Amino acid sequence: MYGNAYIDPNEVNKTHSVLADEDPKLLAEFEARIERGEKIEPKDWMPKEYRKQLIRMIEQHGHSEIIGALPEGTWITRAPGFKRKLALMAKVQDEVGHAQLLYSAAETLGKSREAMINDLITGKSKYSNVFNYPAFTWADACIIAWLIDAGAIINQVANAKGSYGPYCRALDRICTEESFHLKYGHDNVVTLATGTPVQRKMVQEALNRWWPPIMHFFGPSDKISSHTEILMKWKVKMATNDDMRQQFLNMYVPKIWDLGLTVPDANLKKNAETGKWEYTEPDWDEFKRVINGGGPCNAERLAVRRNAEERGRWVREALKAGQTAYVVPFA
Amino acid sequence: MIESLDPRIKRAAISTDNNIEPLSPLDQWETYEVFHQKKRGDQHMHVGIVHAANPEMALVFAKEQFGRRGLSANIWVVNTRHVFASTYEDADIFETTSEKIYREAGGYKVMDKINQYKKSQKA
Repeated sequence: MYGNAYIDPNEVNKTHSVLADEDPKLLAEFEARIERGEKIEPKDWMPKEYRKQLIRMIEQHGHSEIIGALPEGTWITRAPGFKRKLALMAKVQDEVGHAQLLYSAAETLGKSREAMINDLITGKSKYSNVFNYPAFTWADACIIAWLIDAGAIINQVANAKGSYGPYCRALDRICTEESFHLKYGHDNVVTLATGTPVQRKMVQEALNRWWPPIMHFFGPSDKISSHTEILMKWKVKMATNDDMRQQFLNMYVPKIWDLGLTVPDANLKKNAETGKWEYTEPDWDEFKRVINGGGPCNAERLAVRRNAEERGRWVREALKAGQTAYVVPFA
Repeated sequence: MIESLDPRIKRAAISTDNNIEPLSPLDQWETYEVFHQKKRGDQHMHVGIVHAANPEMALVFAKEQFGRRGLSANIWVVNTRHVFASTYEDADIFETTSEKIYREAGGYKVMDKINQYKKSQKA
């Protein structure tokens, strides 16, 4: 699971001036390669901006997998029944494994894993905003597993067709595993929605809580985030935020309604003429406030992460062999 | 901030101002390239990397990372340092390969000659 990469709007307007430094011949060859549908590999020439944006995006994706495992991981001990505990453990292991795959892909671009972890635990790097909200009940964990993972799949399937080889290969593997998460989450939500009145109420309340973060999940509306042009051209970003949001609504709102659940947005409906979904514009000020540290769980998530890092440190030190030397991985 | 719903926070008494020293280089050790064989008789295929302190640990992590679903028969791990690779910049060394049809079975048209010979014998 993962959230759409967040790009700080203050950072991106520089894109064109950054390109001015690049060798026009190499840049043209690079762009032609992407245009032909070929992949870029780690040792290939690439514009500085391409490298920078990919590192930021893949790293953020990796952090989201790690932090996303926290609200779910805390439900393992409290998951109802042995089978669900096993399944949730498997899912959480997958998410942490995805982070490993993603960090590896980002490493091939020249940022060490230590540097990525340092940037996460000091709050310098972002991760998906949805994980700054708490999972109050078991039903919240189920809604996350179903709908947040559904959103992640839409995003990841698109990005798997991108231009950077190591990222695409990692995403192919990740998408295969996510399909289990989606089915597992759906099964859990269906169990609650077709259960007792208390269970139905619990899952409806969880859906109500999670709807705004889900709408935020794909990132700010295209109307207010217009900096994606060059990233789309370079196949770093494969679909606009609004397109992915539309795709999500199209696939999942009918499934939610099928269960007799309601979506807490009175304006949500599909326009029969345009084929597009209409909805209340998400609160982007809230989104910015939370992603910049003001959410209910930001501090706690990073504290848990730092705690794990600190408590494992002596083990990692003890295992360190005498003559190690780091080499950037090949692919 | 809401009070934590996470049992971890309470059990481990984690405070939110637990600043720590940054990780130093090599804290996450070296990398190992992983080669996975699905079933006996298949080639081992490169599937990715793991970070590990030694080869034994790399095997354990490789099993967890790349062998926890589907079929697996065998895994190799190789320290990235020990892989010697060609570069994409030198990809032109492969350029004429496809022209060298004398290396291929299809480069030898014996039936044409045999048929021509048979025809000449009949005449």
